Amino acid sequence: MAGVRDAQAASLDTFPKLMLNHARVRPSRPSMRWKDLGIWQTWTWAEVSAEVRAFSVGLQRLGLKRGQRVAVVGSNRPRLYWAMLSAQALGAVPVPVYADAVADEMGFVLENAEVTMAVVEDQEQVDKVLSVAERVPGLTMVIHDDERGLRDYDTAMLRSFAVVRDDGQKALDADRAVEAEWLKSVEAGAGSDTSIILYTSGTTGRSKGVVLSSARSIAAASDTVAFDKLTDADEVVSYLPLAWVGDHYLSFAQGLVAGFCISCPESAATVQQDTREIGPTFYFAPPRVLENLLTRVMIRMEDASGPKKAVFHHFLAVAKTWGEKILNGERVPLSARAHYALGEILIYGPLKNVLGFSKIRVAYTAGEAIGPDLFAFYRSLGINLKQLYGQTEAFLYVTCQPDGEIDVETVGPAAPNVEIRIEPNGEVLFRSPGQFVTYLNDSEKTAETMTGDGFVKTGDAGFFDRKGHLKIIDRAKDVGKLTDGSLFAPKYIENKLKFFPNVKEAVAFGDGQDFVACFINIDLTAVGNWAERNNIVYSSYQELAGNPLVYAMIEKNVEIVNRSLAAEEAMAGAQIKRFLILHKELDADDGELTRTQKVRRSFIAERYGVLIDAFYAGKSECPITTEVTFEDGRKGIVSANVKIKDMAIHTPAALKVAAE
Amino acid sequence: MQSYADIAKGDVLLSVKDVSLSFGGVKAIQGVSFDIRKGEVRAIIGPNGAGKTSMLNVINGFYHPQAGEIMFKGIRRPKMKPYEAASGGIARTFQNVALFKGMTTLDNIMAGRSLKMNVGLFWQMLRFGPAEREEVIHRRRVEEIIDFLEIQAIRKTPVGKLPYGLQKRVELGRALAMEPELLLLDEPMAGMNLEEKEDMCRFILDVREQFGTTIALIEHDMGVVMDLSDRVVVLDYGRKIADGVPDVVKADKTVIDAYLGVAH
Repeated sequence: MAGVRDAQAASLDTFPKLMLNHARVRPSRPSMRWKDLGIWQTWTWAEVSAEVRAFSVGLQRLGLKRGQRVAVVGSNRPRLYWAMLSAQALGAVPVPVYADAVADEMGFVLENAEVTMAVVEDQEQVDKVLSVAERVPGLTMVIHDDERGLRDYDTAMLRSFAVVRDDGQKALDADRAVEAEWLKSVEAGAGSDTSIILYTSGTTGRSKGVVLSSARSIAAASDTVAFDKLTDADEVVSYLPLAWVGDHYLSFAQGLVAGFCISCPESAATVQQDTREIGPTFYFAPPRVLENLLTRVMIRMEDASGPKKAVFHHFLAVAKTWGEKILNGERVPLSARAHYALGEILIYGPLKNVLGFSKIRVAYTAGEAIGPDLFAFYRSLGINLKQLYGQTEAFLYVTCQPDGEIDVETVGPAAPNVEIRIEPNGEVLFRSPGQFVTYLNDSEKTAETMTGDGFVKTGDAGFFDRKGHLKIIDRAKDVGKLTDGSLFAPKYIENKLKFFPNVKEAVAFGDGQDFVACFINIDLTAVGNWAERNNIVYSSYQELAGNPLVYAMIEKNVEIVNRSLAAEEAMAGAQIKRFLILHKELDADDGELTRTQKVRRSFIAERYGVLIDAFYAGKSECPITTEVTFEDGRKGIVSANVKIKDMAIHTPAALKVAAE
Repeated sequence: MQSYADIAKGDVLLSVKDVSLSFGGVKAIQGVSFDIRKGEVRAIIGPNGAGKTSMLNVINGFYHPQAGEIMFKGIRRPKMKPYEAASGGIARTFQNVALFKGMTTLDNIMAGRSLKMNVGLFWQMLRFGPAEREEVIHRRRVEEIIDFLEIQAIRKTPVGKLPYGLQKRVELGRALAMEPELLLLDEPMAGMNLEEKEDMCRFILDVREQFGTTIALIEHDMGVVMDLSDRVVVLDYGRKIADGVPDVVKADKTVIDAYLGVAH
């Protein structure tokens, strides 16, 4: 809260000003940590601002000017966050790019944003940037953090981060005027300046550059810092993509407003261990991550001894019955409280400790619908997990759930100072303190998205429930109708399927068709483990996916989904009549998923058109050949003969009779 | 540590002259000569039983040839034990991973430092004073290798639990921990998938670039060998049948007949 008051008091309207303020107010508080060579290195606010100053002056000496754009590419590393602040201090605009983007995608962003410099993590990123450098005529300099493998690169465009920083430091040491000059350039920054350009993940076609201003970004972050009572004593592990609005908001923006410490993991593979060592108090995870964690815990428990398993499952049942009620502050009998307390000592406490969740005060999940069981599992352990609904265009928050008002089906009421309006066609519109200024170089798209009175169209369909909480059902444009007129919300059906641990991804079709049909991707971890325990031999994803026993298992899931759809009047007409298990995993490298792992529906419909035709032509199997892209960009071919299964459709009435 | 650019190409680091090795009546190696230059990646290829692994074993002192001589760093090498080769700057990995399965990745790589540890057993047992100071220094070096090979996530995992590809990487780490001048790799990519192979290739090239280590490797994957190595020596039935840069070797008729492209 102190951070919010400071921000208001001193008209701190840019992030570099906030940083300098923290360096004055709390110079010795930790600001960033990074695990290097197995040891956590910590930088205080004073040290961070000194590093940023040196690197920023270094950038200036390389010719970086106000208004120019700097690409930032890599995993979560202090130096890359510093690069953003360093650019902002000079009035330049950082443009983070997804580190796992292939060269072509990266080229598009660099070209579209007309960047003049790039600060990247390592050789891999340097190679990608250099390979598309021709498309970006303004690019003058590529600065890399990790020097490994780059010693023999013979190009004048390349500098190491350390060299640029040291050059800046030398200039600062030599002449005191340099520092004064630099401080002046920070002061010259205004709240209306562009703070950052974030590219959307491209769920609907090519990604767009979202231009966000400093004052709006800080206003939005200040609201949520107050909402969740974040202070400089909080700890956050930043492990989500640097280029994603979630990380930029939750770690960078909130961190600079509240003054808390963000910790960067040693590598992508060590995130879980690092989280455990840090013990974050504020935590964000997409449902996918939470699901992976749970799957891993459950798989390891399968290998535990009998008595341990019994104790574990006993107390999980106790938590399931009472945990959420206790967390919500409801009336719970004393005996149940005692039972739960024992569970806390024996199971929940140690489990939370292993996951690194012991100190969590506030945790959020968002990005896609979360399974009720999954959500309840974490909450029943006493973790204050909440949902939020947000967008890059809003600089994240549109709605969020206040403590104690949690419902898995909805995403909560409007966030502080956010207005929401629902259009007659069900589309959700918002006006928020952090909302974007414009799409980069695309005034047409901007005009399309923003209404005359300043509201932003989310493209999502939803409605408010009786408590005034928003419920999102699908993308507005994806909600369609079957030929008999019944409502078809593909995502709604897919999410029901994805809540089964053995289903990784599902894509439903049916708009303008006679019935609903569905592609399914099995989860290789869960199904592979099941196969191992049942002595089913397989050599590849494709072979496992085609196994009749796997088909039988998935058929049972589809059956349950159909029953639950039949029970809802509005959705009963959209039961799954036919399904198949895809012969390959949907992959972002093939353009089938976005970089944030969301399904790109229309692309998939086109790519697997043969299979969809087979659905509606009534075939029982269909040969298909698909091109796949490997991680290094090379291409290969997979072909398979995919089987199609028919399902029984329930009539709502028949279900009722059966129930009686 | 010297940079790759500093390495004077052409200096011979190790040469093998007319070496013959036999086990009873089996002639594993017959009169083979070749050399390994400083800073190069030298591949030894050949069909099964051609004598490749025997050759590595001769180089690192595990086998003693009945005839011929080996010059290392310009000096004729006497009959020596493997540990003498090790302290002389030759490290190796094995065809079938030879790690301490019950120990962690960290401890396995630390074991590679044991030749560099000077503090006596007494202090080591107390783990105090000089022993502690020394351990910190070695641990730092080991952590650099862990960082280099990107195996931070398995630092504390017993290697027996690791998949094969990672075990190979740990083994490379242990060899690197010795800071060798000459690194012998016996089928570093065997049993790996494409992605693991590519990773391993990158590590091998990075090892040379960053540490200036000379590398001799045995490998069956021709794509890897031809891409990675500067020069290739081809063995068949214990004899050398070709020696030269990959393009020349690839085009050599004897090599094609013996090994590469004859349809069976």
